[in-house]
Amino acid sequence: MSWVTKTLKSTLGRKLIMALTGLFLILFLTGHLAGNIQLFFNDGGQAFNIYAKFMTSNPIVKLLSYLTYISVMGHVAYSIMLGQLNKAARPIGYAQSGASTNSTWASRNMGILGTVILVFLAGHMYSFWYQMHWGGIPTVMYGTEEYKDLYTVVQLAFQQTWMVALYVIAMGFLGFHLSHGFSSAFQSLGLNHVKYSPAIKAIGNLYCIVVPALFAAMPLYIYFTS
Amino acid sequence: MILDSKIPAGPLAEKWTKHKFNSKLVNPANKRKYDIIVVGTGLAGASAAASLAELGYNVKAFTFHDSPRRAHSIAAQGGINAAKNYQNDGDSVFRLFYDTIKGGDYRAREGNVYRLAEVSVKIIDQCVAQGVPFAREYGGLLANRSFGGAQVSRTFYARGQTGQQLLLGAYSALSRQVANGKVKLYPRSEMMDVVMIDGHARGIVTRNLITGAVETHAAHAVLLCTGGYGNVFFLSTNAMGCNVTAAWRAHKRGAYFANPCFTQIHPTCIPVSGDHQSKLTLMSESLRNDGRVWVPASKENSEKLRKGLIKVSDLKEEDRDYFLERKYPSFGNLVPRDVASRNAKEVCDDGRGVNETGEAVFLDFRDAIKRDSKAVIESKYGNLFDMYKQITGEDPYEGPMMIYPAVHYTMGGLWVDYNLMTTIPGLYCLGEANFSDHGANRLGASALMQGLADGYFVIPYTIGDYLAQTPPKKVDENHPEFAKVAQEVKNRVSQLLNINGKKTVDFFHKKLGKIMWNQCGMARTAEGLKQAKAEIKALKKDFWADVKVLGTNEELNLSLEKAHRVADFIELGELMIDDALNRNESCGGHFRVEYQTPEGEALRDDENYAYVAAWKYVGEDQEEELYKEPLEFENVKLTQRSYK
Amino acid sequence: MQLTLKIWRQKNASDKGGFATYPVNHVSKDMSFLEMLDVLNEELTEKGEDPVHFDHDCREGICGTCSLYINGKPHGPLQTTTCQLHMRSFNDGETITIEPWRAKAFPVLKDLVVDRGALDRIIQAGGYVNVNTGGVPDANEIPIPKTIAELAMDAAQCIGCGACVAACKNASAMLFTSAKVSQLALLPQGRVERKTRAEKMVAQMDSEGFGACTNTGACEAECPKGISITNIARMNREYFSAVISSDNL
Repeated sequence: MSWVTKTLKSTLGRKLIMALTGLFLILFLTGHLAGNIQLFFNDGGQAFNIYAKFMTSNPIVKLLSYLTYISVMGHVAYSIMLGQLNKAARPIGYAQSGASTNSTWASRNMGILGTVILVFLAGHMYSFWYQMHWGGIPTVMYGTEEYKDLYTVVQLAFQQTWMVALYVIAMGFLGFHLSHGFSSAFQSLGLNHVKYSPAIKAIGNLYCIVVPALFAAMPLYIYFTS
Repeated sequence: MILDSKIPAGPLAEKWTKHKFNSKLVNPANKRKYDIIVVGTGLAGASAAASLAELGYNVKAFTFHDSPRRAHSIAAQGGINAAKNYQNDGDSVFRLFYDTIKGGDYRAREGNVYRLAEVSVKIIDQCVAQGVPFAREYGGLLANRSFGGAQVSRTFYARGQTGQQLLLGAYSALSRQVANGKVKLYPRSEMMDVVMIDGHARGIVTRNLITGAVETHAAHAVLLCTGGYGNVFFLSTNAMGCNVTAAWRAHKRGAYFANPCFTQIHPTCIPVSGDHQSKLTLMSESLRNDGRVWVPASKENSEKLRKGLIKVSDLKEEDRDYFLERKYPSFGNLVPRDVASRNAKEVCDDGRGVNETGEAVFLDFRDAIKRDSKAVIESKYGNLFDMYKQITGEDPYEGPMMIYPAVHYTMGGLWVDYNLMTTIPGLYCLGEANFSDHGANRLGASALMQGLADGYFVIPYTIGDYLAQTPPKKVDENHPEFAKVAQEVKNRVSQLLNINGKKTVDFFHKKLGKIMWNQCGMARTAEGLKQAKAEIKALKKDFWADVKVLGTNEELNLSLEKAHRVADFIELGELMIDDALNRNESCGGHFRVEYQTPEGEALRDDENYAYVAAWKYVGEDQEEELYKEPLEFENVKLTQRSYK
Repeated sequence: MQLTLKIWRQKNASDKGGFATYPVNHVSKDMSFLEMLDVLNEELTEKGEDPVHFDHDCREGICGTCSLYINGKPHGPLQTTTCQLHMRSFNDGETITIEPWRAKAFPVLKDLVVDRGALDRIIQAGGYVNVNTGGVPDANEIPIPKTIAELAMDAAQCIGCGACVAACKNASAMLFTSAKVSQLALLPQGRVERKTRAEKMVAQMDSEGFGACTNTGACEAECPKGISITNIARMNREYFSAVISSDNL
């Protein structure tokens, strides 16, 4: 076994993968949010549609998107492996648990939170990402160029109450997942320092509220304004 | 038999160097042909096992704990002495030697104590190299604190957990040799007997505490590093598992037991709170730096206090008796342990004890808090105050602590010569289990020093001298003697299991403890000791007729383990009584009421009792024989200790 | 006080085991938790029933022998060892559930006694400095900043009780392992071998069947000595920098 595979098979190595993919997904989320924030622009969706086209055609974005897919898959695959390992480490559980007094609920239930987010992600990608790439969606003309009108697809989707509710709830799960995941990733990487850790914690706490809240605000905004 | 201490001749400071040179050596290639058994993995055992394995010997290390790191050395709080003179305050090897001899009330060997002081400096070097995180000054150099019985600052410490850190250091050295394959570790294995072949110790019999399997182990030498026997008193600051069994079995096979009655009673322990109490907790001696010890001046007030009719704060200054300050104006609350303990007992016997049982005195920080502020006191003793609050449920910042003396350490133990060999050739005894270095009273921070000195720096030299004279042929485990002793152990197990009596093991242990505490504790009288001897004889009879040991041998069986230990404690108790009765003087921790100065201080009799009392076991229920090893003092002048 | 104890009983390692319920009366608030169990055991012995086996020794919170998972928490409701837990932390009439530490790496030997030898083997893998007795430099030869010595001491305080493993939802031994890795990585004496040490100790920890760390912080919250999870971060750092830069293939 080479030292690389040996390291990646160790518990610490696996945690490293979880942390790196997790942090990359956090970066992705930030980018995704920055782009989608254009849904709030009162321009009939022009900026958003131009942005959507850019995202499907730019080669650098393509590369990043592949990294994102790999990160999602890696994050999921390693969490399953770690989950099994961790389960095996305690074959017989306790009859009574007082875990609520020593750790947060989110930190103990990252697997459940992650699974819900994964299911949501599948639906989310079918609704928009798949439609954008391969679905027959209407087009609009800005100047002389033709654009797929993803904006309208979004508008239509979020006029359905259940869709909005689903998205808002899913963002709640994402928030909880991030509430632990953000600072946990730094800890796994070994980045814990008296001077910087409080800042990481604070940013994490802010991030896990603001980002999911902004994402959740999009369907709500559309629902209530259209 | 004449006891030969084998102290080398010549000037004190050259004895050890000369002795090392004169000792025979085992050549490096031959070392791997020798097997050594080490029983116990505390400071002495772990350091010895590691050091001997490093030299190349094959070591088997045994502990009844689940891990070597659990040994009770771990509980030592204060620190470890070493004559480093880092403080530039006049310390030297000779001064440490002198303080230790004097602190021991002139009942220890000069040669041994000097060697202890001499190697003390190397211990600190060794521990630092192992990664022991001793306290340091801002400049990065090692810090020291002062301790009782010394006028220099020579105690090295790691917060209030020095014993823990030193043991973990020795444990790490031991673990390293386990990984190297030079030490084979046997956890949860209790030594049940020594196996002798042709008059030499050649192995041991153990009981696997999980499976009950009685196993034999052969070796060219056996080291007992099995700690003290304070638990003979049932209540002590010792851990629950501390026992005398290994040493006692060796004693019954021919190792003499020296000065068994020398026990140290520590003055600052949390008092007994009820019959349920299983052990006593020590509060560090350092508390006496700022705390004032007192009881009400009148019996009436004490009684009212006990009944809850008045509160501590109702007692005015003139109603309080700061008895240590009153009796010992120059040393005050910082008199040595034996003196402080005895005086606390005296005022309680006088009916002036302050808790429900009447056996407690106050240790009051009111004035210190007033003088220095609560914050200062907290920074000095915060963890101790917290511990006190956790155990008693009372806040020592608000009212005074209650303390009472408790058994803490045993200076007596198996008799050993300068090489740490017992009277059985090939059987060594190290650390608290032997009698060698503390005389009749041990100074604070010296127990850790002795355990590590024996293990790291004495036994690696002295054992070579013996092994070099022993052929390196493997000791045959099929020798009939192994099977014979193993059978004896099995017989004893089945005997205990088949008594099927009515009384639990703890019943006997508690009863023994009461007898010992009352008659052979802080104050002893000939009359009381004689009475106690009769009581113990009866107790022993009752034990073997009516003890109830449940379960089988072939399982983890705590009551069987305990029964073995208590049976040995009962026999040891009787020997302690004999020894206390024999020693018609008061010295250190041994206070015979008949022998005291007009002021009530211990009165030594150097003319008749400046000797080590070594006892030889001669047979079941027979009086043991006394052998005397005279103590010769060439370098110190014997004086009466005074702390007035 | 009167209490009802629901205790895990298991004859030996191969027995399946199960809970048994015992009433105990005459419990005083000043008793330690273990003394309360002593009372129960005396009663059981008098009745001819096998006493409840549990590990314990120093009873002053330093040897790390005592364990017990009490009412869903290692060492019970307070952040201390079971031997330092007193009955005043419980209410009259309460039912107390007592379980052994649960982990694959800590097999139950009998009742509440588990085998924690895995922790010793982690230390044996590298939790030491490779120096022989004698021949070491003077203790003051290498000055160590006070803050570093204190940090090392914070980590070195670990008593090896295994509460961190018991508390962790993954039965991970990271806090234990990291405490030793940290202590020796901080001190100049230990730095010489820091890379090999981190690699070996982590490998041993993994092979013992402990789980991975998910940074819940339960170990730190339950550790009777308050060992911080900053040590785990330090171990992670030590490990990653070791595998990247060491010569060990």
